Amino acid sequence: MDGIFNKEFVQGCSALGAGIAMIAGMGPGIGQGYAAGQGAAAVGRNPGARGTVMGTMILGQAVAETTGLYSLIVAILLIFVNPWA
Amino acid sequence: MSLGSELLSALAVRGVGRTPEVISRSSDDIGSKIGINGYASFTLFGFRFWITSTHIALLIIVIAVTVLAIIANRVIRRSDPYKKPGIVMTIIESVVDFIDKTTYSNMGEKHGGAFRNYIGTLLLFIFFSNISGVFGLRPPTADYGVTFGLAMITFFIIHYNGFKYQKMGHITGLFDPIPLTPINIIGEISTPISMSLRLFGNVLCGTVIMGLLYNLLPQFLLLFWPGALHIYFDLFSGAIQAYVFTMLTMVFVSKNFDE
Repeated sequence: MDGIFNKEFVQGCSALGAGIAMIAGMGPGIGQGYAAGQGAAAVGRNPGARGTVMGTMILGQAVAETTGLYSLIVAILLIFVNPWA
Repeated sequence: MSLGSELLSALAVRGVGRTPEVISRSSDDIGSKIGINGYASFTLFGFRFWITSTHIALLIIVIAVTVLAIIANRVIRRSDPYKKPGIVMTIIESVVDFIDKTTYSNMGEKHGGAFRNYIGTLLLFIFFSNISGVFGLRPPTADYGVTFGLAMITFFIIHYNGFKYQKMGHITGLFDPIPLTPINIIGEISTPISMSLRLFGNVLCGTVIMGLLYNLLPQFLLLFWPGALHIYFDLFSGAIQAYVFTMLTMVFVSKNFDE
């Protein structure tokens, strides 16, 4: 990266990229909220199955969180372990 | 030493071949609370290996879990079934009952008994690793080497049981619709990667946020505010992630039982 861009430019662009990567946090938010809403509806319809619904809901939410964590890891890599800066 | 090189050692494969200037650092640096610290090194087969904070935390956790298991064993042996159980006995019973119940309900009555030892060990180990941030250790599960190792154990259990119960059907199942063969193979390979990255990302997120908080907040806020976040990031998130990791292990392994 030497020659065309200096180090500060690359670091600034990496910080911008880290911020843009965290836009992916929207997806898990929507997904987890939908799962929680469906879980609440299921408990309202059948309060006896509260434990099962809760377990399934938390498992699904944790799996839906994975894409958000990928974006977090990409952002952390861009800021702290930047190979170009 | 910049924060970048600190976290380089946090995310890279545990300091193999790293120079001591990068991995050893002063204790007042912010990165020493977030990244992995190396304490001693030795050379083996031409590579330089580091004894890091992950190894030390793992050793402490293994000793703690072993001591708890020995205490539980003594309490169980001395308990009288005709009297009211004590507090420790009640805790042991509820933990064992929880592990039995989840294992049998997820893997079936037939196969659950063979796996509950492994599932219980995995659950307790990941749980104690995740909550070790409360006790001032750097959680070992915030090191990608540890979580990837755990996920690879799951990967081998999945495929061992696949070959055991489905014989060659485990191989031919990959080619089930012929055009989808690459997607099936990628799906099998991505299972351990996504499992390990999920655990690693969650715990690393908590570690980084707590490390930044301890260094950036003014002194009087440090009296109470990190405690509330410790409850969320270490206790709640750690317990959820330990449960999710074991639950996914059970789901993926028991997928191969049905013919």
